[in-house]
Amino acid sequence: VIPIHALLQITDPQAPITGYTTFIVFSIIKLVVVFTVYMVAAALLTLAERKISAWIQGRRGPNRVGGRGGWLQPAADGVKNFMKEETEPGNASQPLFSMAPALSFIPAMIVWCVIPFGSPLPTPWGRVDLVVTDLPVGFLFILAIASLGVYGIVLAGWASNNKYSFLGGLRSSAQMVSYEVALGMSTIPVILLAGNVTMTQIIRQQAHSMWNVFNLTIAFIIFLIASLAETNRVPFDLPEAESELVAGYHTEYSAMKFSLFFIAEYANMVTSSALMATLFLGGWDIPFTGWDNAAPFTVLKSILTLGCFLTKTGFFVFVFIWIRWTLPRFRYDQLMSLGWRVMLPAALGYIVLIGTTLLILQAVGVNPGPMHSFVLLMENICVLLLLFVMVDEGRIISPAYGRAQQARIVRLRSRSALPAVTDGAGK
Amino acid sequence: MAITVKRVSRPIPETSYVKATLQGMALTLKHMFEPKITIEYPEQRWELSPRWRGTHRMLTKEDGKARCVACGLCPSVCPSNCIKLVPGEDENGNRYPLVFEIDEFRCIFCGYCQEVCPEDAIHVGQHYENSEYSREGHVYDLERLMAQTHPVSTLWDATDPKGE
Repeated sequence: VIPIHALLQITDPQAPITGYTTFIVFSIIKLVVVFTVYMVAAALLTLAERKISAWIQGRRGPNRVGGRGGWLQPAADGVKNFMKEETEPGNASQPLFSMAPALSFIPAMIVWCVIPFGSPLPTPWGRVDLVVTDLPVGFLFILAIASLGVYGIVLAGWASNNKYSFLGGLRSSAQMVSYEVALGMSTIPVILLAGNVTMTQIIRQQAHSMWNVFNLTIAFIIFLIASLAETNRVPFDLPEAESELVAGYHTEYSAMKFSLFFIAEYANMVTSSALMATLFLGGWDIPFTGWDNAAPFTVLKSILTLGCFLTKTGFFVFVFIWIRWTLPRFRYDQLMSLGWRVMLPAALGYIVLIGTTLLILQAVGVNPGPMHSFVLLMENICVLLLLFVMVDEGRIISPAYGRAQQARIVRLRSRSALPAVTDGAGK
Repeated sequence: MAITVKRVSRPIPETSYVKATLQGMALTLKHMFEPKITIEYPEQRWELSPRWRGTHRMLTKEDGKARCVACGLCPSVCPSNCIKLVPGEDENGNRYPLVFEIDEFRCIFCGYCQEVCPEDAIHVGQHYENSEYSREGHVYDLERLMAQTHPVSTLWDATDPKGE
């Protein structure tokens, strides 16, 4: 028997929820609302992508279904995908083949349960935190779950029993594992600064000093690039490079299964954007004011902070789409060398740098505040200039024509197991 | 024989990825706000050139009959062999087409038929929407050719190349 009376009790709206039943009811409500909004957002993103790509290319984009804006296009696409015939390759591994789309989608969705999306909402039953669950291990949970996304793609590639799918799956596993390292490393400075892995604490820290995008610019840039790679979007869409691999890991998929991969891509995009907004742009914090972070909490504050969070997330989603329609795809060796030779050392070096700076600031006696942030900001500007003016000279991305010197080629060849070949031998 | 490949030595700024990326992003952002050039087809139409060579049209005399005298020049000149002409002759000895069919599906719209016609009868026209549900539907007979109302093409004139 559900103790209904627990719901009828009126408590202080500013006090945290106490009763077990109330907690469960609100958790279910939050789950349903977040899931619905998330799915609708992922669907609308397909429209956003088509619209933005159209605008970038001087076209208008979908405008036939649902008025000039084409608002019903996602619904039309959905209906089409449901109606389509589902094909299945003869030698596919049936259980894995069916499971793979779900496996690529679910991790992206689970991550959302620890992302706070607004300031606490006062209700007659107590203060409701606008986060599905504020896990104390929040951030580690995200890293753990986000890594699972690669399974969906690898299994899809393997289960399809198709060489292109398989190559796509292999590429994606290599790519995602490589960039996972840099992604994880780039978040260490955030944790160093916040002193906590709980998402709400990370947001609070940013609200009280400065957003991490200014405090930890390099970490932000590394995180942004690694997120692009993690979501398999251009310029890192090698797993589905259509010029080489037909459609990569989802070559054999059709109808709603294919659609689920598509939704998973957008879901990953939203999740990455929300993570970036939370970790580096202060989450739901409204800039230049402490009004939204202080009690008493009101419904207005919740709505405004929610709007703020959605704006930040939307901005990053836009950046994702914008990048996709601007940059060409990397070559595979460029991808790997960027991941291991540039991003990982940069992330590791940055951890050392930030750790040292924080220790020195502590030793000097500068507490978190304007001066603290100013020092970090200046440091970041210096490192940015160093990275992008001095190091980026054909080294970050090796150009297509190669800069290999003769001596280097000879050295590389001498390492090979095959007998050494000199340049003149072919004549 | 060794093949010599030209080695391009590029200045350092050209090898910068970040700078090129930012430039590209700025360019695409700029394009996002520029006027769109899409012509929304069913509602808007492309303004055809006066020299556009599209669906054929048979012009008529004052009495409503086709101008064609069934001389046979157009089937002869037609490179895709899409004109079928069976000539007939009336009691006054005037030739006229018994059958005049153009297969618009075979036609390559070169406009030679209009160029070669001595009677100014067959024309290519400023019209391009001739889709059909069957291949037979593309075979236009004389009535259908005469019933077309679109403007005819003014072919390229060697003496007036700019169309002035």
